[in-house]
Amino acid sequence: MIAVLLIVVPLLSGLLAFFFKNEKAVRSWALFSGIVTLVISALGLTILNKAANLEFSGEWLGNLGSSFSVKLDGLGQLLCLLTALAFPIVFVATWNSHYKNANRFFALMLLSQAGLMGVFLAMDALLFYFFWELALIPVYFLCSQWGGEKRIQVTFKFFIYTFVGSLLMLIGIIYLYQLTPDHSFSIQSFYNLRLEGNKQTWVFWAFFVAFAIKMPIFPFHTWQPDTYEQSPTAVTMILSGVMVKMGLLGLLRWLLPVLPLASYSWGDVVMSMAVIGIIYGSLLAMQQDDLKRLVAYSSIAHIGLMCAAVFAVSRIGTQGVMIQMFNHGINIIGLWIVIELIERQFGTRKISELGGLAQKAPAMAILFVIVALANIALPLTNGFVGEFLMFNGIFSTAGTKYTLVFTILAGLGIILGAVYTLNMIRKVFYGNTGTLTESAHDISFGEKAVLTAIVAAIFMIGIYPKPMIELTNTIVDTIINKSDVFSSMKGH
Amino acid sequence: MIDDMNALLLSAFWGVIMMFSSFLFKEKSAIRNLAIAGLILLIAANILEMNGRILFHIDTRGMIDFDRFSLLFNSIAFVSTFIYFLLSAKDIEKVGENYAEYFVLIFFILCGITLVTSFKSLLILFLGIEIISIPLYILTGADKRNLKSNEASLKYFLMGSFSTGLMLMGIALVYGAKGTFMTGIPLADMTNPATVPSAAPPLSVLFTAGMLLLLFSMSFKVSAAPFHFWTPDVYDGAPAVFTSFMATIVKVAVFAGFIRLFGDAFGTLQSQWQLLVAIITAATLFIGNITAVFQQSVKRMLAYSSISQAGFMLFALYAMNMDAKEGLILYAAAYSLATIGVFAVLIKLKDFSFEGFNGFSKKQPLLAATTTIFLLSLAGIPLTAGFLSKFYMLKAAMATGQNLWLVIFAVLMAAVSVFYYFRVIQAMYFKEGDGNADMTVTPAFKSVLVFLAIVVILLGVFPGLLLNWYYF
Repeated sequence: MIAVLLIVVPLLSGLLAFFFKNEKAVRSWALFSGIVTLVISALGLTILNKAANLEFSGEWLGNLGSSFSVKLDGLGQLLCLLTALAFPIVFVATWNSHYKNANRFFALMLLSQAGLMGVFLAMDALLFYFFWELALIPVYFLCSQWGGEKRIQVTFKFFIYTFVGSLLMLIGIIYLYQLTPDHSFSIQSFYNLRLEGNKQTWVFWAFFVAFAIKMPIFPFHTWQPDTYEQSPTAVTMILSGVMVKMGLLGLLRWLLPVLPLASYSWGDVVMSMAVIGIIYGSLLAMQQDDLKRLVAYSSIAHIGLMCAAVFAVSRIGTQGVMIQMFNHGINIIGLWIVIELIERQFGTRKISELGGLAQKAPAMAILFVIVALANIALPLTNGFVGEFLMFNGIFSTAGTKYTLVFTILAGLGIILGAVYTLNMIRKVFYGNTGTLTESAHDISFGEKAVLTAIVAAIFMIGIYPKPMIELTNTIVDTIINKSDVFSSMKGH
Repeated sequence: MIDDMNALLLSAFWGVIMMFSSFLFKEKSAIRNLAIAGLILLIAANILEMNGRILFHIDTRGMIDFDRFSLLFNSIAFVSTFIYFLLSAKDIEKVGENYAEYFVLIFFILCGITLVTSFKSLLILFLGIEIISIPLYILTGADKRNLKSNEASLKYFLMGSFSTGLMLMGIALVYGAKGTFMTGIPLADMTNPATVPSAAPPLSVLFTAGMLLLLFSMSFKVSAAPFHFWTPDVYDGAPAVFTSFMATIVKVAVFAGFIRLFGDAFGTLQSQWQLLVAIITAATLFIGNITAVFQQSVKRMLAYSSISQAGFMLFALYAMNMDAKEGLILYAAAYSLATIGVFAVLIKLKDFSFEGFNGFSKKQPLLAATTTIFLLSLAGIPLTAGFLSKFYMLKAAMATGQNLWLVIFAVLMAAVSVFYYFRVIQAMYFKEGDGNADMTVTPAFKSVLVFLAIVVILLGVFPGLLLNWYYF
């Protein structure tokens, strides 16, 4: 029941939110709904953590072989927790931003939350596709209505990109469905398919392009920096913190275990693309003067690393990816919050116009620096745990011959990441105050509380990652068993 | 052989009644209500027939057969027309003085539709197509003082007669080869009774030529490329209320006839025409979608969009399996309802260009929201009927196991279609303007639109609501 509630609560509260008149009321309503969802998610992790509560399968489109089956496995738990956490954080952090037609804004936000939850929970390919699109549509409206100056074209490009990708995935899904002996869209039928290698290739690409656009992986990333820049910051947080995880989840749940042979044979190509993305994203991030674009490009680099680790198909690397999916989500939301605060205070995001903020706003500076350091994976922070495991996975994999090359190049990305992050911190928070930053004030209590919570999570996971590793143990085993070509060959 | 034909007789009969209504009633509202009442009767009669209650027994010697498919299709056509009347019947007043006569023609078209969806003989097909076409020529030119309307009517008439000629020629050739007009009888039995069933049917030149002529003339009627050239001009020139009717109900009904013809008469020869249909499908999708992107008028865009939607419906013909028939039923409903909805809103506007929709969501939030749902459905976004109908079509085409390129091409074209459908959404929501500030809509109109939007979403989540009728 937990699994259903996680979708239904935001869905219904989102629909209700359309009917609110008062901005303050709808804001509180959205926050309330977000907290309820968070509580449900937390209950699912703790007290109600029983198989019966976490799974649900209902009749739906029976004659098509599709059912409404949702399930909270380890991966789902983690990502649903991230989604449930992200929305209240975003609502609180942007409490003081004003929106025209606020009821629509919050309604669409909650609807996109429902869509995201559905994507993370769906155990039926058609249902997965439904939610995949359902998460996109509200975001399209959010970005085009409340975004920056060039929002309409930019968001449209984003929409067309993802729509093409998902339609290709749809063809792949239908193709696999035709081949299942019981004509079913259920994930188990897909797992049991075991296609021949030559049939896997094109389906692999049909799926991969959809996921690669969403993450995004080089060279499918061109929509991303513009969209992040133009979207209202609240939406950017969701896009980069939660939505990109849809692509990674797609790889982990729907691609590798279903098409292991093609994933193995094209693994080198994909890993090369991912590694190019890491270097490329980092190099571009170094050039940026706009804070939003800087974080956008750095996100390409981080996602690239995760994608490479996924295709390394090793137990430890996959574990790392899952933990890092969560970490990256909260870290990047932390970064966006500070950027949003800076923009609201000074009306600019240009690094060159800022400086010396640490003198005026020490609390913001300290909290931001911690989040930024977590983002470049300093030990003791959550980023370190994830990236360490991922590098371990990439280095030790038997899936590719070029482990050393990939590891070194990906490692280079980490160094570059440190360069642009530290440089940005130096320029924005240290040095002399400029004309703009002279009269700066520190952040309010609510904002401090949100950032402190994020920092606390960063340290908690960084020092004691065991609960997370235990949570994902079973699902990692399942995925690796199905995806690892070598072990499955031994089995036969 | 006794056949049941509730809807067929009733629609013709009601057409005659409507004729008298023009001098019996002075008020236009009375005429309108009479027409709506007629449709309710039609729907009721058709539903009775689906449940086995037959009002009229007439021996048609097997030339007409109301099976499940045709009955369901008729229901969709009648219900769509009913909704069309509720939304737009008032706007027909603006077209010209002969208010009742327009309804007469529409009822006659419905009569033709029942023939086209249920024929078992090529003659009945021809009759049905003609009964549909001739009133349509008149409706297209109904706006007598408008030059564009006149031109459209003449163009439609000339081209339409030409294609009807082709169809007649095709029927004659097929008759020459088979010796019968009946579609259900396979070719092999007729030409050479001694042929063993397993042997491939001998293909005479006569028969092949007849089949091709029928393919082309039917393609013309459903505006498939490269026989589509009349469509944009006619749809654009005709009064918008009638374009709405023509582009939806009539088109999908002719599609039902198309499927029936090729399933019954040429089904065994699928391998012969499948590739040709695939090429027509691809061309239709390409031309419809690419040209629609460049339109400046929403009405003309919808004309091209109807071509591109026809491309998707052609998948049913191409695949010709169980999925295809179910898919076509769903597609017919989804496409008709959504397009009728968009047109109903469009008719209320003064400015048919994309700019006319600027700022629409501020003036008419409810209309904008429902229009958005219709457009999303036409674009094939999940949770709407449009998605599932496209899904069925793709699934049907994939089940044939060949010509995968066609499916991928169709999907890319579906992505192109997002361009022009979303332009309207962008104008309504994200752009400022007040081009249509002074439009008035009644609460009844709004509630019908909301109802329609709910139906579109319901069908997109539970297609069984409609498709179960096909079986039970």
